[in-house]
Amino acid sequence: MSADQHKEPCYVDARRLLCPLPVIRAQDAVAKLSTGDRLVVTSTDPGAKADIPAWCRINGHEVLDIVEQDNEIIITVQVNHEQ
Amino acid sequence: MKQQRKAVALISGGLDSMLAVKVIQEQGIHVEGINFFTGFCVEGHTHAVRKKHQDKQKRNNALWVAEQLGIKLHIVDVVEEYKDILLNPAHGYGKNVNPCLDCKTFMVKKAVQWIKEHNFDFIITGEVVGQRPMSQRRETMPVVAKESGGNDLLVRPLSAKQLPETLPEREGWLDREKLYDFSGRTRKPQMALAAKFGFKDYAQPAGGCCMLTDENYAIKLQDMWHNRPSRDYELDDIIMLKMGRHFRLAPHLKLIIGREEGENRFMQGYKNQFMSIYPTSHPGALCLVDGEFKSDEERDQALALVARYSQGKNDPQVKLVIRQSTGEEQEYSISPMLPDDINKDWLI
Repeated sequence: MSADQHKEPCYVDARRLLCPLPVIRAQDAVAKLSTGDRLVVTSTDPGAKADIPAWCRINGHEVLDIVEQDNEIIITVQVNHEQ
Repeated sequence: MKQQRKAVALISGGLDSMLAVKVIQEQGIHVEGINFFTGFCVEGHTHAVRKKHQDKQKRNNALWVAEQLGIKLHIVDVVEEYKDILLNPAHGYGKNVNPCLDCKTFMVKKAVQWIKEHNFDFIITGEVVGQRPMSQRRETMPVVAKESGGNDLLVRPLSAKQLPETLPEREGWLDREKLYDFSGRTRKPQMALAAKFGFKDYAQPAGGCCMLTDENYAIKLQDMWHNRPSRDYELDDIIMLKMGRHFRLAPHLKLIIGREEGENRFMQGYKNQFMSIYPTSHPGALCLVDGEFKSDEERDQALALVARYSQGKNDPQVKLVIRQSTGEEQEYSISPMLPDDINKDWLI
C-alpha cells in the first residue's frame, strides 16, 4: 500500500450528466491531482462505465473499483501522470 | 538527431479522422487527439438513457478510436463558447440548424491555440474534399484554413493531394506522396483504406456526429427559440431536446413526456428545475413542464394529456400530482385525453 492511499480521495459528482461530460469532469479533476492520488466519480450515465475506464487506459491512470448502486455508478481512479 | 514532430488530430469518433491519424502515424509523427464537446454531439449512449436502445454499444466513439489508435485524447468542453457559433454563424446554416462551416473553423481555431500551448507542430483533420455539402467543399476548405488561422499548419491527409502543399509537407516532416487524394461523397476509398489498416469496427453515423444536422432535433430547437424571448440556451435545454415527446400547448407552455422508463428516470433529475406531473393511481410517464399554466384549463389539458400516457388511459379517472420545482405537490383527478382530442400540431 502506498502512502497516497491514506490521503482523502477527490470526489466528482457527475450525476445527471450525459457522456462525455462525466469523462470531462474526471479529466479536469485529474489534471489538478498528483500521481498516486485517488479520484471518485459518481455518474448516472451508464456510458460512464465504459468511457471513464477507456479514458484511464489511454492516459495511463488505473481504475481501482467500479460499483453500481441505486442507479449510480461509482468509479475510483488512481492517478498516474508518470508516463 | 531528427526532431520528433507532433500533430494534434481533431477526433470526431468517425472513420475519417481515424484514418487520417493512422496515415500520419505511419509517417512517424507523434499524434494526440482532441475532441470538442459542444453539447450537440451524437453519442451512442446518450441513447443509453432509453431502455429500448440498451442493445446498442455504449461507448464514446472518440475515446474508442483513440484507444484503437493508441493515442491520448483530450476532450474539451466548449459548450459556452459554442453558443456564439450556433447563434451567430457568419456563414449561415446548412439544411437544418447546422453551422458546419463556422463550426469547423471554430474547432480548427481552438486546435491552433492548443498546439501553441502544448508545443505541437501541426493539426490534422479527417476532412475530405466534397464529402459534405457545407464545410467540406473544395471552395470552403481553404476558408476554414484561412479563417481559423490554421493556414498551412492544417493538414487533411485523406485529401492532401487535392489541396495546396502544407508546411509539414514542404519541410519534409510528411511525404506528400504517402498522403491521399480522396474526394466526393463516395465512402469506398475510406472503406478500402480501413481494410488496408485492418480496421473492421468503426462508426459511420449518417449525417455526421452532430444533432444539429438532425431534422427532428432542429425542429425542436427552432421551436424553443421561437417561443422564448431570447435564443440563448443552457446545456440542460439542449439535453432536454433529446428526451421525451415534446408537446407545444401554447407559446408559454411545453410538456416533455418521457417515452419509457429510462427517460423517466433520467428526467427525474430535473424535477427541481421544472414543474413536473406524474400519475399516482397508475404507472405512467413523467412529464416536465417547460413554462407555466396561465389558466385552470391549460393545467387540466396538461393533466389529461399526461394521464393519456399512463396505464390508466382507458380508465374514467387518473390521479396525478403536479409538483412545483420547489417541491410543493398537489394531487388532481382527471379523465385521460381521448386520442382524437390530441391536437396533432402540439407534437413537435
